[in-house]
Amino acid sequence: MSTESALTSEDFYVRETHHDDDGEHHHETGTMLGFWIYLMSDCLIFGTLFATYAVLGRNYAAGPSPADLFELDLILISTFLLLFSSITYGFSVLRMDMGDLKGTQIWLIITGLFGAGFLYMEVLEFSHLWHLGATPMASAFLSSFYTLVGTHGLHVLSGCIWLIVLLAQLQIHGLTHENKRRVMCLSMFWHFLDLIWIGVFSFVYLAGVLV
Amino acid sequence: MAAADYSRWDPVFGKLGWDIFPLNEPVVVATFVGVAVGGTALLAALTYFRLWGYLWKEWFTSIDHKKIGIMYMVLAIVMLVRGFADALLMRIQQAWTASGGAGYLDAHHYDQIFTAHGMIMIFFVAMPFVTGLMNFVMPLQIGARDVAFPFLNNFSFWLTTSGAVLVMISLFVGEFATTGWLAYPPLSGIEFSPSVGVDYYIWALQIAGIGTTLSGINLVVTIVKMRAPGMTYMRMPVFCWTTLCTNILIVATFPILTATLALLTLDRYAGTHFFTNDLGGSPMMYVNLIWIWGHPEVYILTLPIFGVFSEVVPTFTGKRLFGYTSMVYATAVITILSYIVWLHHFFTMGAGADVNSFFGITTMVISIPTGAKIFNWLFTLYKGRIRFEVPMMWTIGFMLTFVIGGMTGVLLAVPPADFVLHNSLFLVAHFHNVIIGGVVFGIFAAMTYWFPKAFGFRLAPFWGKVSFWCWLIGFYLAFMPLYVLGLMGVTRRLSQFEDTIYAGYFFVALIGALFIAAGIGAFLLQIFVSIRDREALKDTTGDPWNGRTLEWSTSSPPPYYNFAFTPRVHQIDAWWHMKAEGFKRPLENFEPIHMPRYTSTGVILSGILTVMGFALVWHIWWLAAVTFIITIAYSIDHTFNYDRDYYVQPDEVAEIEGNRTKLLAAEGAAQ
Amino acid sequence: MTASAHSNHEDGHHGEGHGSFKSYMIGFVLSVVLTVIPFYLVMGDILGNAVWTVAIVFALGATQMIVHIYYFLHVTSQAEEGWLAMSIGFTVLLVVIVMTGSIWVMFNLQENMMPGHEQIEQIRSLP
Repeated sequence: MSTESALTSEDFYVRETHHDDDGEHHHETGTMLGFWIYLMSDCLIFGTLFATYAVLGRNYAAGPSPADLFELDLILISTFLLLFSSITYGFSVLRMDMGDLKGTQIWLIITGLFGAGFLYMEVLEFSHLWHLGATPMASAFLSSFYTLVGTHGLHVLSGCIWLIVLLAQLQIHGLTHENKRRVMCLSMFWHFLDLIWIGVFSFVYLAGVLV
Repeated sequence: MAAADYSRWDPVFGKLGWDIFPLNEPVVVATFVGVAVGGTALLAALTYFRLWGYLWKEWFTSIDHKKIGIMYMVLAIVMLVRGFADALLMRIQQAWTASGGAGYLDAHHYDQIFTAHGMIMIFFVAMPFVTGLMNFVMPLQIGARDVAFPFLNNFSFWLTTSGAVLVMISLFVGEFATTGWLAYPPLSGIEFSPSVGVDYYIWALQIAGIGTTLSGINLVVTIVKMRAPGMTYMRMPVFCWTTLCTNILIVATFPILTATLALLTLDRYAGTHFFTNDLGGSPMMYVNLIWIWGHPEVYILTLPIFGVFSEVVPTFTGKRLFGYTSMVYATAVITILSYIVWLHHFFTMGAGADVNSFFGITTMVISIPTGAKIFNWLFTLYKGRIRFEVPMMWTIGFMLTFVIGGMTGVLLAVPPADFVLHNSLFLVAHFHNVIIGGVVFGIFAAMTYWFPKAFGFRLAPFWGKVSFWCWLIGFYLAFMPLYVLGLMGVTRRLSQFEDTIYAGYFFVALIGALFIAAGIGAFLLQIFVSIRDREALKDTTGDPWNGRTLEWSTSSPPPYYNFAFTPRVHQIDAWWHMKAEGFKRPLENFEPIHMPRYTSTGVILSGILTVMGFALVWHIWWLAAVTFIITIAYSIDHTFNYDRDYYVQPDEVAEIEGNRTKLLAAEGAAQ
Repeated sequence: MTASAHSNHEDGHHGEGHGSFKSYMIGFVLSVVLTVIPFYLVMGDILGNAVWTVAIVFALGATQMIVHIYYFLHVTSQAEEGWLAMSIGFTVLLVVIVMTGSIWVMFNLQENMMPGHEQIEQIRSLP
């Protein structure tokens, strides 16, 4: 029970007095935070897959081991493709901040091309391994390898599909608030995938051939 | 029993064939007849009273958190009846065979029953109850108009329902898993469970799991971003704190379940070797991963319930909650500690003394914050003016029962003791003790407490008290014998017994189950009677219990926009403060209110996913591919719809608020 | 030209950090360095010591993750009122628990419960 200051009824509710000049109501949306939290949950999926790889990754079942299979020079190239795509996405966001629709779209397309290049190399790698007989069904090591790296690849593929959809939506509606939020969400997704890739190349490829 | 031939496959129908209907199981056939008759009657009634349009427009496509919350509760109640029926079947079987009889369920059927019972109760009863509650109450308590992502909210509900539908279908089409509710490999692998049962389990959980994770994200962002001005974190109701921590837990644990089940799926569908016995797989890894999920899961179920009691106790004592700050810290500590106790679920798997000791100690430590909460409630009650309304009765029942369950938990936390008691009926009694004493009692308290807010009239107290006493007596009769049996060495999940010396205990347990059945019946009857007598039980003020938090400042039920003006908060128990300061509702100069539109995308997508799940279960690859593509295409198409919201105009708000003003005046209330 | 000027109030409140050309370049250069070194160490077998190499690979990998988080994702302790940093910290903690917990537990389980390789071979050669 408060006997303090004279609080009147007016103090217990809010009148929205601000109206933006463009007439649109800009209430703070939680889209970015929500998407970030989704990314954290995705991080845990990868965490589980990493843990599985950590535990089962040395069970070669008398079959091929990482040293037998991994071609690190190609992985280095893939890594750079992904890293370049992160930078080009960054450039796209910078253009978006300047209100430059064309610039945003061009850098997005370049990003998508790098992403597609990354995926192409991964598909090449997987099919090569498969033809060698190193299939996911051959050992627990290979099951965990394909699943961890493949899940990352599927995420990149999803990102590329999303990028195409976003390009279409930018073309239709331009740089609206909603579209800018979407560009930022895909940006978070894209950088997050590069982050996971650091874990993959360090833990799976580099550490793998050393063990 | 003649099993269907699950090794068949053809490109059009997958594994489907005419022998998949369990026509040789009389219990299932009888159930099917009952469901068919009842279901047809229900559908016919809905059609006759022309309710489909209403249901579709007002409920199924609703993005209103209040309606979604109610739909979750309805789903949970329906599944409670199914899950409880499974329990009764088991009790009857065990009482029968323990006294020397032959029983009526063979092992294959019995195994499906205990698997379905556990899985349904956790995922399709407890989770929807708790989710529905948080959905309905939390936005009102923080002074918000809806959750952060209303469309996703609707989608989450339908995804959960989709999972439930798949489980229900498994009863009549094919069979269910026989592995227990966590489906350990190698038994759940393709070699030892070649039929569709484990696949139903997997896809039901994966689909529902997406819904749960999305809901987790939704509610966290809602609390972070949409609290009313002045409502700092330390001024939120404790229920909102438990909601926040629960949903953080959901976001931070369900992905582990998703990934682990995905690995099991790969083993079953693609021949990988994560959890197989050969080529480097490790079944123990599954047990490890699934319990890293499984332990936080039980806190997901109980933390919201602790929040419920933190609302009910102060309201029916007329006193502010004792130890608000320590409640918050206890909740946060439980959240974090829940991640370092998981191994206590498999002490006996053989990790050794060092590992077992570590987890035994952490398990004992985690009981401390819960104990602190119990003390806080007790200190709130102390020297209060306690009103023994039905929610309070459930609360007292909880305090007694949950504490006993917690104590047996601490006993099980001692690894050497657990070596004797693991997978015995003692364990079964323990977890039912905490789940029923905690979650179930809490849900009934919550439903009784917030029912008037949701529907505008209270639940008839008499049948509520009948339900309570039946549940309380029933619980003790059903589970105390199991503690004794467990100590004597009886294993869980048995359908046959050689010795009849246990007969008496199982018979008492059966009586207990019948009491609980009566309790459920009384609860359903209570709803029916309350609807019939709703005028007499009407809640006109919106604050039938003299509540302390913001939801009681709205009408019962609240308008669809919740608050005509966003409240401004100055201290804990915001509504209590407003009442103390003589707050009068503003009656004019209403403003346009920004609201989201209803949408059918969630229902439709979930329907398609249900078909996809069914197709994957039965290896109908073409159908799975088609529904998958449609899902992706439809989702992408949905993102091209930018017309998601609208403004409620001031005159409509004025009319709704004006009606409330008239109602309150007629009631002779303060304003 | 720097693009650090946030566009005119378009997102209302304190703009989400969208970075600048300079910050992306710093991040890029750091990432390149932190990528090339581990690959070089492994592919060239420079140190001759697997344990040390792995340790350095992991340390540089972790460092590069932090570089990405700061320079590309713009996570600071202020972003979204601290929630971005807090949630990433919590997630990292959990991933560490899941990974080290699983490794510790599974190592012990496999030690105690899995048959040795000689036993497997013996059983294989039985008629």
